Amino acid sequence: MDCPVVWLYCGGYIMAFNSNIPEGPLKDKWTDHLFNMKLVNPSNKRKYKIIVVGTGLAGGSAAATLAELGYNVEAFSYHESPRRAHSIAAQGGINAAKNYPNDGDSIYRLFYDTIKGGDYRAREANVHRLAEISNNIIDQCVAQGVPFAREYGGLLDNRSFGGAQVSRTFYARGQTGQQLLLGAYSALTRQMKTGNVKFHPRHEMLDLVMVDDKARGIITRNLETGEIKSHAADAVILATGGYGNVFYLSTNAMASNATAAWRAHRKGAYFANPCFTQIHPTCIPVSSEHQSKLTLMSESLRNDGRVWVPKEKGDKRKASEIPENERDYYLERMYPSFGNLVPRDVASRRAKNMCDAGHGVGETGLAVYLDFSDVISRNGQEWVAEKYGNLFDMYKQITGENPYEGPMMIYPAVHYTMGGLWVDYNLMSSIEGLHVLGEANFSDHGANRLGASALMQGLADGYFVIPYTIGNYLASNKLVDIDTNHPAFKDAEDKLKESNDKLFAIKGSRTVDDFHKELGKIMWEYVGMARNKEGLEKALVEIPKLRKEFWKDVKIPGSETELNPELEKAGRLADFLELGELMARDALNREESCGGHFRQEFQTEENEAKRNDADFTFAAAWEYKGENQTPELHKEDLNFEHVKLTTRSYK
Amino acid sequence: MQINLKVWRQENRQAIGGYKNYSVSDVSEHMSFFEMLDKLNNELVRKGEDPIAFDHDCREGICGSCGVTINGRAHGPLRGVTSCQLHMRSFKDGDTLVVEPWRAASFPVIKDLVVDRKSFDRIMESGGYVSINTGGTPDANAIPIPKIDADAAFDSATCIGCGACVAICKNSAAMLFVGAKVTQFTKLPQGKVERRERVKNMVAQMDAEGFGSCTNTGACEAECPKEISLTNIATLNKEYLKASLC
Amino acid sequence: MNWLTTFMNSSIGKKFTMGTSGLLLCLFIAQHLVGNMMLFGGEALFNSYVATLSAFKPLVRIIEVIISIIFLSHIISGIRLTLDNKRANSSSYNVNTGSETSSFSSRTMAITGSVVFIFVIMHLSTIWYRFQLVHGSGSYYDIILGDAVGFGNPIYAAFYVVAMILMGVHLKHGFQSAFQTFGVSDSRYKGLIEKMSMIFWLVIPAGFTWIALWFGFIAEAI
Repeated sequence: MDCPVVWLYCGGYIMAFNSNIPEGPLKDKWTDHLFNMKLVNPSNKRKYKIIVVGTGLAGGSAAATLAELGYNVEAFSYHESPRRAHSIAAQGGINAAKNYPNDGDSIYRLFYDTIKGGDYRAREANVHRLAEISNNIIDQCVAQGVPFAREYGGLLDNRSFGGAQVSRTFYARGQTGQQLLLGAYSALTRQMKTGNVKFHPRHEMLDLVMVDDKARGIITRNLETGEIKSHAADAVILATGGYGNVFYLSTNAMASNATAAWRAHRKGAYFANPCFTQIHPTCIPVSSEHQSKLTLMSESLRNDGRVWVPKEKGDKRKASEIPENERDYYLERMYPSFGNLVPRDVASRRAKNMCDAGHGVGETGLAVYLDFSDVISRNGQEWVAEKYGNLFDMYKQITGENPYEGPMMIYPAVHYTMGGLWVDYNLMSSIEGLHVLGEANFSDHGANRLGASALMQGLADGYFVIPYTIGNYLASNKLVDIDTNHPAFKDAEDKLKESNDKLFAIKGSRTVDDFHKELGKIMWEYVGMARNKEGLEKALVEIPKLRKEFWKDVKIPGSETELNPELEKAGRLADFLELGELMARDALNREESCGGHFRQEFQTEENEAKRNDADFTFAAAWEYKGENQTPELHKEDLNFEHVKLTTRSYK
Repeated sequence: MQINLKVWRQENRQAIGGYKNYSVSDVSEHMSFFEMLDKLNNELVRKGEDPIAFDHDCREGICGSCGVTINGRAHGPLRGVTSCQLHMRSFKDGDTLVVEPWRAASFPVIKDLVVDRKSFDRIMESGGYVSINTGGTPDANAIPIPKIDADAAFDSATCIGCGACVAICKNSAAMLFVGAKVTQFTKLPQGKVERRERVKNMVAQMDAEGFGSCTNTGACEAECPKEISLTNIATLNKEYLKASLC
Repeated sequence: MNWLTTFMNSSIGKKFTMGTSGLLLCLFIAQHLVGNMMLFGGEALFNSYVATLSAFKPLVRIIEVIISIIFLSHIISGIRLTLDNKRANSSSYNVNTGSETSSFSSRTMAITGSVVFIFVIMHLSTIWYRFQLVHGSGSYYDIILGDAVGFGNPIYAAFYVVAMILMGVHLKHGFQSAFQTFGVSDSRYKGLIEKMSMIFWLVIPAGFTWIALWFGFIAEAI
């Protein structure tokens, strides 16, 4: 019973809501599927045009690989260059089941850890495939010249990360995302040179175009000139990242947004598990009202740093004045076997609990210490600088304090969104021909993502999954010949221009940032680290109210036909204002605590998340039903055949 | 504190730009330089004026989107720091800051402080990669690489492609940028296969884009937010000479 | 020979020409200083040294032509690079902070080079030209120390001193820069290059300057 099939009546036609997980034993599913999928003849590939939106790790690697295979690829990014994508900011590393350190790792263990880390809300088959592919990714990146950290003997070095008891994380100092992205970017530029990839910089996708119920193109706005343009293709790939910026303050880049995904959702793509957001435990605390974003300090710091708060509530002494026996190393105390390396959701929640209980430090009381004095005295400052130098420098740059001398102050911040557009095993959304990769989809991390798994998933999707599955789609479907003269494109263009005109016509009094900050506060307060029914219901009132206010009172300067960052931000915020509501709805609906989703009503006596497997072992896929209409929930049941559902324990 | 700004405003590529003065009050020393600009922009929008356009994204000093010159210094007065990581505590109450876009013929201004750096992408297209396809690669540990070489390759690969080196160079030379990529691949066995063609193609593209040539003044090294060393240019020269003459 | 024109027209190729010709000129001035040192040996020694050189006239002529070609290629590639760089850097900043990010000598190469060029032209049209007219009778020594175009003329002597100081400034950046252009300025050779550089930008120009000061001003005063 691997394939739950739900037939739905959707906009006048019947569509399948099918996860398409292949039959057979878990470890053979992908291999068998690779054989069973249809292929496109090499000489026919160039006849297919594929649109890739977003050129970060997932989109960049997909565009490059598809072009290498011979497909005709058009890639789009709102950045000036693929190298600017926010994948570049990932610090810690990338997991793989190489077992180089000989410490007992295996594909099955990586699979198991990822399922468990995700609190049993991910698909077994997808996660196993991810673990299988993980090793190829490392090989691929090394061959591209990615300068991973190495041992003196010349072999690759590994480090450990939260939620795992083996060292399986490959890294390039604190800049692994940068190096991997530059690797994918280099492969992409090579294809740009051959002409197999046509790259459109500073182009933002603003709508998906469907013909005969299949995704056949997109509408973009040239951010420099404002030109609205149609692009037709045989299939569309979205690799547009996560939606953490719905909280205004997050570790995401300023431009990171949900617009491409959300507009596809409005066209019929289901949005799955939107409430699963990850709050990263080691970020630099908020310092002022004017803060525009939060900065993450790699979780790898928890390898050597020890988290503590003063035992005494409201202790205002300096860290150096608090003697050892008056410090509470609470993670080590509560979780003796994982200690400071518990998964992110656990570490974040515990930090919040400690601060809520009055043990927080710093001016705001919303911070805990991350202390390196032990490791500095054990291994020396030079050793620490070699491993974490850039992170320490960054901390000093932002806070003005030297972390070599005193402990860092950290606090959790919104970091990653496990939810995203629903996709089947082939990474195809509920709209045929629309494929979704990387953070933009919902597939592999369940309710909580383990550290160093985002890079793994993005590259797995792009290098090693979509190149096969999209071929299967193209070979199995007879697509009618269309171009941008098709009325569907004209229609979409007109609607878009209309909506832009509407924004300009408001001529209100408040800036986009004003509204965004307000939305962020609602989201953080009611749909943040700890949620409850009352708060979520309140959010469901507040968000629509704010949305209404936005459409009445926002002020957009300038014109449509120029570089206009305020217009860009307004469009993105308009979508966040709808997505935020869906997140609250999903969180309200999920009456359990799991992973990053913590409902205060559902917790154990020890304040751990309490799942409800009987009623909530499903992925919640929401269908858009029109403006201001309640979306419809579709449940994809998750079947666990290999992993036994237990309460996660890191004690 | 109060900060006075003299900012380059230019409507679009064709327009003739000029400086405009602004004054921002209630600036906190914890704010980043861009948060100060955000504050100003919000005030401008409320007043119905066009906000100042500037490129920025990650605000963590890694994406390379940002870059303005502040009082003639690329990314501002601090060494090893991008514009987005610069905080107002680096300035004093009442300071006047002249904020300008990167200036180089190969980086035309798009609007205000936003410039077009596509020339960098085209240089990368000409050879900034190892020509392998996805799949069929050997096991990652099949090629041992001395730690010292891997570390040196990383030091070069850390370039964020922001263009500060070009912006501050009196010749608008891109040799630190090109040198960093060439050096990364020179240090690694994977890159050695194509080293001759790579360096020739990348230098040819660099020249075709209209970047100047290095006078070895070292301004690029001094302003590079990732502190990429001038040795990368020496390596570029050596590689190019070897590839062209030997 | 397509590869050669491609190379010579590339930015690095032009730099290579610049560096190579510059270093060869350094060797020339080192040799020239040795000759000038003969002045301290008195009139007889100096005259016989120059006369000996004249004995190898054809060889000297060939060497002179070669040096001229080297000098011209140094100038031509310098001008080409300067024009290229002007084109590349279309407009300047409102605030110029070159002094914070680069050395004085590196920013003034074109100026110091031009002054040295003017000096060389003057030097050739005076001293060198008069040497050619000596033909075995007359004293080279007197031409150099004389009042007409030699150190005896305080204006000539002073300009000589200024030119030599500027040549030092030029070489302070130029000598090391050439090695950077050849790609050998990595840490292994850095110390050695710096020491050698010192000889060329400090010791040699100081030698020329000392000669001018001694024969132009000090010796007379004693």
